[in-house]
Amino acid sequence: MPEKVHFELVSPERLLVAEDVDMVVVPGTEGDFGVLAGHAPVMAAVRPGVLEIHDEGSEIRRIFLAGGFAEVTPSRCTVLAEESVPVTDLDRGQLESRLKNAREDLEDAKTDADRHRAEVAIQLFEEMLRAVA
Amino acid sequence: MPSLKDLRKRITSVRSTRKITLAMKMVAASKLRRAQDQAEAARPYAERMGAMLTALAAGLGDPQSAPRILVGTGSDRTHLLVVATAERGLCGGFNSSIVRAARVHIRELLAAGKTVKILCVGRKGRDMLRRDHASRIVDTVDLSKVRRLGFADAAPVGGRITALFEAGEFDVCTLFYNTFRTVMTQVVTRHQLIPAAASAAAAAPVADLGGASYEFEPDEAEILERLVPRNIAVQIFHALLENAAGEQGARMTAMDSASRNAGEMIDRLTLNYNRTRQAVITKELIEIISGAEAL
Repeated sequence: MPEKVHFELVSPERLLVAEDVDMVVVPGTEGDFGVLAGHAPVMAAVRPGVLEIHDEGSEIRRIFLAGGFAEVTPSRCTVLAEESVPVTDLDRGQLESRLKNAREDLEDAKTDADRHRAEVAIQLFEEMLRAVA
Repeated sequence: MPSLKDLRKRITSVRSTRKITLAMKMVAASKLRRAQDQAEAARPYAERMGAMLTALAAGLGDPQSAPRILVGTGSDRTHLLVVATAERGLCGGFNSSIVRAARVHIRELLAAGKTVKILCVGRKGRDMLRRDHASRIVDTVDLSKVRRLGFADAAPVGGRITALFEAGEFDVCTLFYNTFRTVMTQVVTRHQLIPAAASAAAAAPVADLGGASYEFEPDEAEILERLVPRNIAVQIFHALLENAAGEQGARMTAMDSASRNAGEMIDRLTLNYNRTRQAVITKELIEIISGAEAL
């Protein structure tokens, strides 16, 4: 029985996941990294992407994160997520229409702030679509 | 001496008022439960963020390289007060106690020759502060449409404060809100957001790393730059949640005493009504008897 790492996924509203798992794969801004028990302490920013929870050998749960921060110590891994959706809850058709809306917003955008917001949204939806695919 | 009919009317009106206050009390009680649960659920995030911030600040050797939002601009000329109140009244002294604390602070700052700007969160605070500080209110955030408070409601407020700071609009930011202590008591809290007072961060427990120190990805400064504005939003969210719970608690207490008052008033009026009725009957009897005797 390998040692487990205590994983916590926290959103501003509530504690979403708190359990001991085998491994977590976190989408860091500088690339994905896996966290096993005994990992060196790291603090990382999280990019929009999919977080994987590996437990009991084969079981994998995938959760989409819209960005946040991760803190890793040898015994635990805490992810502060801005927004999180289990990948199974993402709907392809809905995402595509939202992506289309965001693209239209980008075209209609008049100020830099609007444009920036639309670009961020497009990036987010593209990432979500990639997660579903 | 009010007539019987007037008394009857008053009794009915007080009775229906009591019905309303009782209902409001019960609504507040159930909302309070929800608000408390929400505040409870939001605590882990704030705690962990505080811990991360402490670790980061500790890892940051040179204070010069820290983002200004954490250490301040070095001056304290312009103050921004964020006054978070409720959207509705009828909750006892809840709103006025926050506004009173803010007013005292404003007076002190003005006496010290500082410039004061106000950002109101919640309609009630704006209504009260508008009377004597209308020119100082830079913006109002209206949350009256919000049914269930989410982080998405607090994030724009945090973003707005950060943007104002980046634009050099103020040097020090202070947040006013009510901390929920018990259903009966809410404590007005003054919390300094910018520069991030070390007190709040230092209270968070630091994880034991067994001698090792954190690696940062990307580097400290970049994480800090993202984390600090986020932390401001989180603290605002925390304040809003505390406020929401406090508001419901205050309303519950206020409505409870209002219902009790109405009950007492009904008792008094009923007594008065019965006495008057008796007097009328007695008077009629006397008239009849003396009429009969006269014959």
